[in-house]
Amino acid sequence: MIRELHEKLINKEITAVQLAEQYFDVISKKDKDIFAYLTLTKDLAIAQAKKVDEKIARGEEIGMLEGIPGAIKDMICVEGYRTTAGSKILDNYIAPYDATVIKNLKEAGAVILGKTNLDEFAMGSSTEHSAYGPTKNPRDLERVPGGSSGGSAAAVAASEAVWALGTDTGGSIRQPASFCGIVGLKPTYGRVSRYGAIAMGSSLDQIGPLTKTVEDAAIVLSVISGEDKMDSTSAQSPAKNYLQALTGEVSGLKIGIVKDYMEKLTGEVKVSFEKVVERYRESGAEIKEIELPNAKYSLPVYYIIMSCEVSSNLARFDGVKYGMRAEDQKDTMLDFSPEDRTLIETYLDSRKYGFGAEPKRRIMLGTYALSSGYYEAYYLRAQKVRTLIKKDFEKAFSEVDLILTPTTPSPAFKFGEKTNDPIEMYLEDIFTITANIVGVPAISVPGPEVEVDGKLLPQGFQLMGKWFDEEGVLRAAHAYEIDADK
Amino acid sequence: MITKEEVRHIAGLARIGVDEKDIEKFATDLSAVLDWIEELKEVDVSGIEPTAHITGMENRMREDAILEFENRKKIIDLFPEKKDNYGKVKSVL
Repeated sequence: MIRELHEKLINKEITAVQLAEQYFDVISKKDKDIFAYLTLTKDLAIAQAKKVDEKIARGEEIGMLEGIPGAIKDMICVEGYRTTAGSKILDNYIAPYDATVIKNLKEAGAVILGKTNLDEFAMGSSTEHSAYGPTKNPRDLERVPGGSSGGSAAAVAASEAVWALGTDTGGSIRQPASFCGIVGLKPTYGRVSRYGAIAMGSSLDQIGPLTKTVEDAAIVLSVISGEDKMDSTSAQSPAKNYLQALTGEVSGLKIGIVKDYMEKLTGEVKVSFEKVVERYRESGAEIKEIELPNAKYSLPVYYIIMSCEVSSNLARFDGVKYGMRAEDQKDTMLDFSPEDRTLIETYLDSRKYGFGAEPKRRIMLGTYALSSGYYEAYYLRAQKVRTLIKKDFEKAFSEVDLILTPTTPSPAFKFGEKTNDPIEMYLEDIFTITANIVGVPAISVPGPEVEVDGKLLPQGFQLMGKWFDEEGVLRAAHAYEIDADK
Repeated sequence: MITKEEVRHIAGLARIGVDEKDIEKFATDLSAVLDWIEELKEVDVSGIEPTAHITGMENRMREDAILEFENRKKIIDLFPEKKDNYGKVKSVL
């Protein structure tokens, strides 16, 4: 899709400003119902588009993403614009700097339309935890778009943006991509700089693209990835052009399917997934059954490690340096009058009124797990089981090139279906979470759709690759996609 | 099982104010999640090294040099309370 728009720009069939305005038109028509965006950055978008048009007018060559409009999850800082993380505690936060990915996108001439909705601090799988209200799934407005990058996924699916950035700590790019029928890529941990992305689980977080096609994901990844001095965990690898990986060839490729996962699949999702497996087999890939014996512990390992990291990362929101300060709140936890709030009461109340229920639950769980006497039983044990899961993957990747799973256990669910039971919501991440625990790249690609209540809904499948083998993941995903288009 | 007393203690450590009426709900939710993660206790982790960083990257050094941040005013503008160019904090003692 990006390639066609790029051709139109260089052939002067449309200007970058016209293209941006077309997208703002779509947003003004559709976003009342979908609510993908929290903030529009129209001044920025038009200024960026003008620069691209000037370059084209001067006869200069432009890059593939130059002049192409996209959306940014409101978890990532864009200088001069509000960045809320979907939370009231950052309601008035104006980012004083650009995240590295934004800096890279601006240098590449990409046009930024706005900031998209998300579950508060990226904690959730439906956007129902956003303090600003939920985003709707463009395919069925009664259903959730997935989360936490639900706004980004809905924006792309509803053609309110060509591409979008999300963040993925346990599936937050891939699960909404699956629910909305688009492509979502979580790169290898360290492939993309996290500088300027609001931290959730620092050993798990990655920024990645949500797009309509695999080729588009490769184009966006080529721009945003690379080593960054501002993120000491970013990988020491040169920037790459991932388009070169898309050869359309999978023959001879060894693809693993996980025995345990296959046994758990039921109904339409099972049928959809089996079709994907069959398609790869027909294209010449060798399908091999593999075992990941410790993967069944992924969810509990994740919930301990993530919550501990959350409790530490979210300590910075204290009503002192930036964000909401509880001064106008009347009742306090302790019996003091608000005017005389002490420092500790300012902390307690700013966090009480600033955070929603889910961040509070996770902060408290992490605080408990890290507290004196519990550290070894929870955090340290979880980190050791993490090692075991990593070893499972190392062994699996000595036998196969890629691992194929469904992205989600079921297609998009209805609003309110899972909000009462936190664990029900956590189980949404069962297939996506291991890629974050072991740090490997993983992509969700639209597979055969499934019928629910007489309606066809999108269902994605996931390909996980070896550490830093985004090329392999993208190649196999792209091969499926071009085959499906035939 | 997390008791209400423990919720009060954890909330205090986490610096989150909690209303009395919400304590029970947090106790139930946190207990449910803790019960669910109990299954990790069945894993034999003897002799296993913990993993904190997944790609095995070692410490990275950089020069200890001052980098000028250009948008100082934008950071100062974000202070909830300020006097001149200083962030104002409640008295600590």
